[in-house]
Amino acid sequence: MSKTSERIFVKGNEAIARGALAAKCKCFFGYPITPQNDIPEFMSSAIIKAGGDFVQAESEVAAANMLLGAGATGVRAMTSSSSPGIALKQEAISYMAGSEIPAVVVNMTRGGPGLGDIGPSQGDYYQSTRGGGHGDYRHFTLAPGTVQEAYDLTIRAFDIAYEQRTPVLILGDAILGQMKEPIVPWEPENIDDNAGRDWAINGRTDGREKRLIKSLFLEEGALAGQNKKLQAKYDSWKGMTEAEQFETEDADLIICAYGSIGRIAKSAVRKFRKEGKKVGLFRPITLYPFPKKELKALAEQGKRFLTIEHNLGQMIDDVRLAIRTIADSDFYPVYPGNLPTPDELEEPILNCLEGK
Amino acid sequence: MTEMKEKLVFDRPESVIDRPTHYCPGCHHGIAHRLIGELLDEMNLAENTLLVTSIGCSVFLYNYLNVDAVEAPHGRAPAVATGVKRSRPDKFVFTYQGDGDLASIGMAEIMHAANRGEKMCVVFVNNTVYGMTGGQMAPTTMIGQVTTTTPAGRCQTHEGAPIRMTEIIASLGGVAFAARGALNNVANIKKSKKYLKKAFDFQLNNTGFGFVELLSGCPTNWKMTPLQANERIEKEMIPYFPLGIYKDVSEEGGVC
Repeated sequence: MSKTSERIFVKGNEAIARGALAAKCKCFFGYPITPQNDIPEFMSSAIIKAGGDFVQAESEVAAANMLLGAGATGVRAMTSSSSPGIALKQEAISYMAGSEIPAVVVNMTRGGPGLGDIGPSQGDYYQSTRGGGHGDYRHFTLAPGTVQEAYDLTIRAFDIAYEQRTPVLILGDAILGQMKEPIVPWEPENIDDNAGRDWAINGRTDGREKRLIKSLFLEEGALAGQNKKLQAKYDSWKGMTEAEQFETEDADLIICAYGSIGRIAKSAVRKFRKEGKKVGLFRPITLYPFPKKELKALAEQGKRFLTIEHNLGQMIDDVRLAIRTIADSDFYPVYPGNLPTPDELEEPILNCLEGK
Repeated sequence: MTEMKEKLVFDRPESVIDRPTHYCPGCHHGIAHRLIGELLDEMNLAENTLLVTSIGCSVFLYNYLNVDAVEAPHGRAPAVATGVKRSRPDKFVFTYQGDGDLASIGMAEIMHAANRGEKMCVVFVNNTVYGMTGGQMAPTTMIGQVTTTTPAGRCQTHEGAPIRMTEIIASLGGVAFAARGALNNVANIKKSKKYLKKAFDFQLNNTGFGFVELLSGCPTNWKMTPLQANERIEKEMIPYFPLGIYKDVSEEGGVC
């Protein structure tokens, strides 16, 4: 159940900020970096008006640690950044994963490695889906492909983070963040403010036992126990996968692409369909957990695969792991530093379709 | 024959959990813990307190105080505490940090939390050395002090001078109270407790950031007896790190 309102025309970045407010995010901790500045700029006034708090931190490191502190109290909180900034936040994200502190982290990616550029890229796929910091952990990672989806998935990210006691990553890019589209905002009803609060630190006002949130486990076997618990949690996410399938039913060739590239590939698929060519799109929306089962089902139907990413080959590993016993996938990289168009994707798709 | 009755003159504060600590003999963390525990009892704060611990010997404060706590990464306790306090402004929030944690890796976090005037308290335990990792040089290590990474003694031209944190913190706009005490003798311990109480009061009055540095001994890494360590604090540390109140806005007028 939800309340909806009239359509508004907003950037992807603003949609994420608005989605967070709809999800009753109470604290936002930011630090400027292009191309995500619209999020902290919007939040600096909007979240205060909504009765929450905003801090422009002294660094990405500090912002992520402020998020850790707020998440530990059970209050809904978020930070956003872009690739080099997200790299700096990894320390706190690892601690949050280890301490089972919920939080929402937005990464509107840019080109890398290093300072790279401020244009779009999908070069942070490995970092996002493998756990970018130290130790054994995984991010729940959501990859919106439209501005509306950016809004919707932000709301979902908060629910997952607080139900699962885990940092959840929203992985967008400079295209999605800077693109304006009409969206229909909606507000979830009955947000459970007490979700997960039996663990949060909020003072022993009811005379209960003290609570301790930590990631240090020194006693023999204690860390193994914590890692086992975390792994079981990650395993339980297998049923939470989501993917968009477009024209896949009778397709001979499936394009695997996510986020902005998934959207651009969809335009290419539409064009090929008009020409009667049997091409379809498989767009993972949860990158971790990766929709293996859904993809494997397509492989079992004898389809061929082409993975297209705005990097030099990262999600291709997950595609191959999903279908490895039955099929393989070709790969076409869009080099970070280039802005891809649907036309650019036509030749590699055609080559693959014709078995070249 | 007169019956002799026992009179209890000294007991464990309720906020301090009844368990042995892991600290080395002669370490002053136990005294600092006790002072905080006494104040939490006396100010009736235990049930309203959220503690942020950091890395190093002091991280285990959460095992000894009966309050809700969260563990911060090395140096980041002031940022974590910022998040805790901003999300729960109704709670009493404090961090407890050592010198390596606060004055080295966490220098940015402490400076900015203080400058923003976060309504929280920081207890800074300065024993001029990295304790838990085995006695390496800290930003507060004294000139000539031998550590495992300054085997010939700290040299100012090579390693820089020991940093005086309280003086730096006192210069920042958001700070309501900054003081330096020591834990080497009874008089200094009593004064340190007064400083802590004042810092706690400033937070409860929602005035600004409170900072209390406590000069402490680390006999193990200093390779001294506990008594020699106390003497060192008096003779070497206090002259370089003078004790006293460096900022008190109740005397100067409030902060914004």
